[in-house]
Amino acid sequence: MLEGQVRIPSGCAVSGFINKDRTLTDGSRIIKSIACMHDRSNGLGGGFAAYGIYPEYKDYYALHVFYDNSEVKAECEKFLDKHFDIVNLSKIPVRKTPKITDEPLIWRYFVKPLPTKLASSQLDEKEFTVKCVFKINSYIDGAYVFSCGKNMGAFKAVGYPEDVGEFYRLDEYEGYSWIAHGRYPTNTPGWWGGAHPFCLLDIAVVHNGEISSYDANRREIEMFGYKCNLQTDTEAITYIFDYLVRKIGMSYKEACDVIAAPFWNKIQAMDKADRDYYNYLRRNFDSLLITGPFSLIIGHEGGLIGINDRLKLRSMVVAEKGNTVYMASEECAIRAIESNPDVVYAPKGGQPVIAEVEYGI
Amino acid sequence: MEYRPARFEVLRNMDKCNGCNRCVKECACGVHYRSDSGKLCTRDYACVDCQRCVETCPAGALKIALNRNTFHPNDNWSERYIGEIYKQAATGGVLLSSMGNPNPMPSYFDRILINASQVTNPPIDPLREPMETKITLGRRDREIVRDASGRIAPKLVRGLSADVPILFSAMSYGSISYNAHAALAMAAKELNTYYNTGEGGLHKDFYAYGDNTIVQVASGRFGVHSDYLNAGAAIEIKMGQGAKPGIGGHLPGEKTVGDISATRMIPEGSDAISPAPHHDIYSIEDLRQLVDSLKEATGHAKPIIVKVAAVHNIAVIASGIARSGADIIAIDGYRGGTGAAPTRIRDNVGIPIELALASVDSRLRQEGIRDRVSLIAGGSIRSSADMIKAIALGADAVYIGTAALCALGCHLCRSCQQGKCNWGIATQNPELTKRLDPEEGARRLVNLVSAWTHEAEEIMGGMGINAIEVLRGNRLMLRGIGLTETELRILGISHAGE
Amino acid sequence: MAIYDAASLSGREINEIIKKEMDAKITFTGVNGQRFICDGMKDKLVTVDGVAGNASGAYMDSGELSVIGNAQDAIGDTMNGGRIFISGRCGDATGYAMRGGEIYVGKDVGYRAGIHMKEYGDDKPVLVIGGIAGDFLGEYQAGGLIIVVNTERAACPLGEDYAAGMHGGKIVVFTDCQPAPRAGVQVREVAARDIKEIEEYMRRFCTFASLDYSSEISRKAYVLEPMGRNPYKRLYVNN
Repeated sequence: MLEGQVRIPSGCAVSGFINKDRTLTDGSRIIKSIACMHDRSNGLGGGFAAYGIYPEYKDYYALHVFYDNSEVKAECEKFLDKHFDIVNLSKIPVRKTPKITDEPLIWRYFVKPLPTKLASSQLDEKEFTVKCVFKINSYIDGAYVFSCGKNMGAFKAVGYPEDVGEFYRLDEYEGYSWIAHGRYPTNTPGWWGGAHPFCLLDIAVVHNGEISSYDANRREIEMFGYKCNLQTDTEAITYIFDYLVRKIGMSYKEACDVIAAPFWNKIQAMDKADRDYYNYLRRNFDSLLITGPFSLIIGHEGGLIGINDRLKLRSMVVAEKGNTVYMASEECAIRAIESNPDVVYAPKGGQPVIAEVEYGI
Repeated sequence: MEYRPARFEVLRNMDKCNGCNRCVKECACGVHYRSDSGKLCTRDYACVDCQRCVETCPAGALKIALNRNTFHPNDNWSERYIGEIYKQAATGGVLLSSMGNPNPMPSYFDRILINASQVTNPPIDPLREPMETKITLGRRDREIVRDASGRIAPKLVRGLSADVPILFSAMSYGSISYNAHAALAMAAKELNTYYNTGEGGLHKDFYAYGDNTIVQVASGRFGVHSDYLNAGAAIEIKMGQGAKPGIGGHLPGEKTVGDISATRMIPEGSDAISPAPHHDIYSIEDLRQLVDSLKEATGHAKPIIVKVAAVHNIAVIASGIARSGADIIAIDGYRGGTGAAPTRIRDNVGIPIELALASVDSRLRQEGIRDRVSLIAGGSIRSSADMIKAIALGADAVYIGTAALCALGCHLCRSCQQGKCNWGIATQNPELTKRLDPEEGARRLVNLVSAWTHEAEEIMGGMGINAIEVLRGNRLMLRGIGLTETELRILGISHAGE
Repeated sequence: MAIYDAASLSGREINEIIKKEMDAKITFTGVNGQRFICDGMKDKLVTVDGVAGNASGAYMDSGELSVIGNAQDAIGDTMNGGRIFISGRCGDATGYAMRGGEIYVGKDVGYRAGIHMKEYGDDKPVLVIGGIAGDFLGEYQAGGLIIVVNTERAACPLGEDYAAGMHGGKIVVFTDCQPAPRAGVQVREVAARDIKEIEEYMRRFCTFASLDYSSEISRKAYVLEPMGRNPYKRLYVNN
C-alpha cells in the first residue's frame, strides 16, 4: 500500500529557525539540529524546506518534481511547457550515499505562467499555479510536484533526515529560514512524496502527531477545490492554511486561532471584543478546528510559525537569540546549534509563536 | 359476526390479586372491568400492551403476554396481516397506527462500529480534561470583514446554539398533552437546547420558553401568526416527516378541545387537517419564497429550518433546500415516530436515516455547499451511540422524539392515535394527562440527555476528539460490519478490518 | 402621504421603508413583482402601484395593502388581520390558510383561492372575489367566508373541485346557475341571514369596485356549506 492509498499515522520530530533580518544560513545547521532527535524518526522519511535559496530566480515558481521514469518526465514537461514559461530546468544535484536508495528522478524547474494561458483561465497567478500542480499530481501517474513556491524549496526523501540533508547537499544552499522533519510512520510507505514537509506555494508544513479531526478537516477542505491525495495530516493542514490565508484573507495568527480555537468556556470568560472574535471564528470555521495531538512548524515567505494543539499533547520548545527564532520538538535540537540562547520557553497549547521577517532591509 | 383477534392476553395471578380495582381505574382502554356479578374480567382484544396496569398494580398480580392462542401458523399470512384484514373488512377504514416502523428492517446504526485511539494518538479522559459538546447550527459566513484598525469585525450570524447536540423533535400540542409539552419546554431550557412546537401552535404559557423553542410552520398553518413566528428561536418549515412522507396530517375534531383549539386557533370540535403539500410550494423555487416570506416577517433574525422526510432522491432535494435560503435542514428517516399515520405509509414509505444522511452530506460536499446549512438527523435515534454515528456520518445534531417520550413514560404501545394514552402523554383526557407530572417529566428528560451526553463524551474521548464539531462528517471514525459494497459506498465508510 | 418610487427597490427594502416611515400612509409606485410586501405588517396603510409580487401580505396583522393593478401568487398567505385590496386579478393560492382579515380582489383569482381558510373566536377571514375563481376554491376550508361576486355575470364562476374537503365556513356564489353539490357539502339558495352576514363585506367591495350595492346584492346567489366539521371521521380504523 502506498501513501495516498491508505492513511498512515506517524510520529515525528520537527525543527526550524528563522533569521528575521533575512541573513542567510547554510543548510548544515538545520541538519545538525534535526539529527540530534534521531530517535524520534525511524528512517522512513526526512525532509527540509528553505526560504531565500533562489534569489536569482525569485520571481519564478520553483517546481521540485519526482518522476518514476523518463516517459513520465517527458509527459509532465509537455504539460509544463504548455502552461508555463520555463526559464531554467535541471536535475536537483545530489550526493550519492548508501543510506539513501531507490531514488526517483528529481528535477527542478523555474517557471512563470504563460500570459495567454493565465488570462484565459481567469485565475490569479497563484491559483493558476496551484491548479496546474494539482493536475500533475492527480492525473500524471508517476509525476509528483513536491514544492512549488517562489525563492524557496523543499527537499525530501525516504531515510533519516540527516542523511536526506546530506543527499541533497543542503550545505550548499543558503536560506534565511529553515524547517526540518524526521518521520516515524507506522508502516512502510516507501514513497518519497510521502515524506515531509508538505508544501503548497510558499507554505511548507512539518508536523508531529496524529490528528483526530482529520476526516472532518479533509472533507471540509475538499469542498474548496483541494484534493487530499496523500491522506496525511500534514497535507490537510497545509491546505487549511492556504485556504484561510490565501483564499479567505486571514492572517497566520487568525488562521492559528481557527485551527487551535480556545475552548468555549475560555471564550465566555474573555472580554467582549475577544469573545466576539473567537465566537465568530468558532461559529463559522468550526470544521477547520484541529483536535488530537499536534505540534506544527509552518514556514512561509514572511515568517515561521510554531503551534501546538490546545491540550498540548505534543512537545514544542522555542528559543530566541538576537534576530533568530528557533522552534523544535525538543530543546536539545535548539541547543545543538545555539548553545546560548537569550530565552528558552515552551509555548502554551493552542497559542501560536509567530516570527516574522523584518521587511525594509 | 365481528372477528376481534387479541394480540395480547392479560394474565392475572389470582393468588396475588387483592381485588383493589386499581387496574380498572388505570386502564382507559377498558380492558379491565367488573362483570355484573362483580368478578374482575378482561377484554383482551382491547389491550394495547401499554403496561400501565402491570406497573401500577400494587400487588404485582398482572402480566401482559403475547396471546398464547395461535392462528394456524403461516409465515406468509401472519396473524398480523389476517387481523388487519378483519379490521378493514369490518370497517372499510384505512389502517391507522402510531410511532415508527416496527418491522424487522435493517438498522445501519447497528452495523456500524466506532474507532478508538491506541498508541499513535491518545484517547482523552473526558471526566478530567475538556470535552466540548456545544453545537452551533446555521449557515457559515466566511466573508471576513475588517474594522479600520484591521481587526476582524465579528459578524452576528443567524443561527442556533445548544450545549448538547440533541434537540427535541416536533411533537404538536394536541398530539401530545400540555404536561408533555411543559416537560419538554422545561427540559430544553435547563439543558440549553431546543424543543419544537410541531404544527399545533404555541400555548400562551410556553412563550416564556421562546429562547428554547423552535416554532413549526406546516401546511395547515395552525396557530401561525406574526407573534408566534417571532416567539421562538427558529422557525421550522415542515415539508414532511419520516413516519408518513408525502401525506398530510389529521387531528380529529374530538381532540381539538379547550386549549388545543385555542392554541391551534380553530373552533372546538373542528378537524385540524394538514394538507399533504404546502399549497404555496409546488416546486423548489416556491420553497425559497416561503423561506423568504418567513424571514421578512421576522426581520431576518430567525434561522429557518426545513424539515423533510428521507425519501429516495433526498440528496438532490437537500441540495435544492440548501440553495433556497434555509439555514438548517432536518432529515427524518423512515423509522421516525408519529402520533398517527396510515399503517401502510408508516411501514413502506421512505428510506433509512443513515443512508439518507450520508448521501446528503456527501452530495452537499461534492457541490461545495455543505457550509451553507447545518443538518439535523432524526428518525429513531435510540442511544448516544446512534447519535455519535449520525454525527460522524455528517449530522450537526440529532432530533429525538420517541426517546424523549420514553423518558416521559411511553411504553411504545403504538396506539397514540386512539387518544387513550394511559401514561398521559398522547391524550387530552384530563383524567389521563394528570398522570404525567411535568416537573418529574422534565427531570427525566434532563437525566436522559445528560446521560447520553456523558456517554458521547466518553466515546469522543476514546477517539481523541474533544470538540464535537470535528466529529461531524469524520467518517474515518466509522467502520461497517456485514455491509455490502453498495451500502459501504453510500455510507462513505470502510469495512471493519480495512 | 409618503410616496416612493419602487422601481429600483427590493421587497426587503420596501418592507424596511414601511417599518421606518413615520407617515402611516405610504405609496409605492413602479412596483413590478417585488415579493413579500407588507409581510407581518401592523397598522400601516400601504398602496402599491403596479404588480404586487408573490406572498405579499403574508402573516399580515393589521393595516391595509391596496394594489392598483394585479397581484401574483400566494397573496395574504396565513394572513391574520387587516385588509388587502387588489384592483385587478390575483394569482394562485390567494388567502391560503388565512385566519383573519379581508381580501378584496376586483377581478379573477387563480387556482386554490381561499384554501384552508379557518376562523377562530373573533377572527374570521373574508375573501371577496370580483370575477371568477379557478379550481379548488375553498379546498379544506375550515372557517371564514368566501364570496364570489362574479361581476361579469359568467354562467359558471367556479372551477372544478371547489369546496373539496370543506369542513367549516361558508362560500357564497352569485350566479344564475346552481353549483352542483359536493361530497360533504350542501348547496342552497341564499337566505336573508346570509345576506345579513355578507352585507358589510359586499358594501365594502362595491365601494372599492365602484359598483352599485343594491343591484349586486339582489342577484341570484347560492351558499355552499359543509355538512359537518369532521369530514373524515369514518376514514380510519385503529390498528
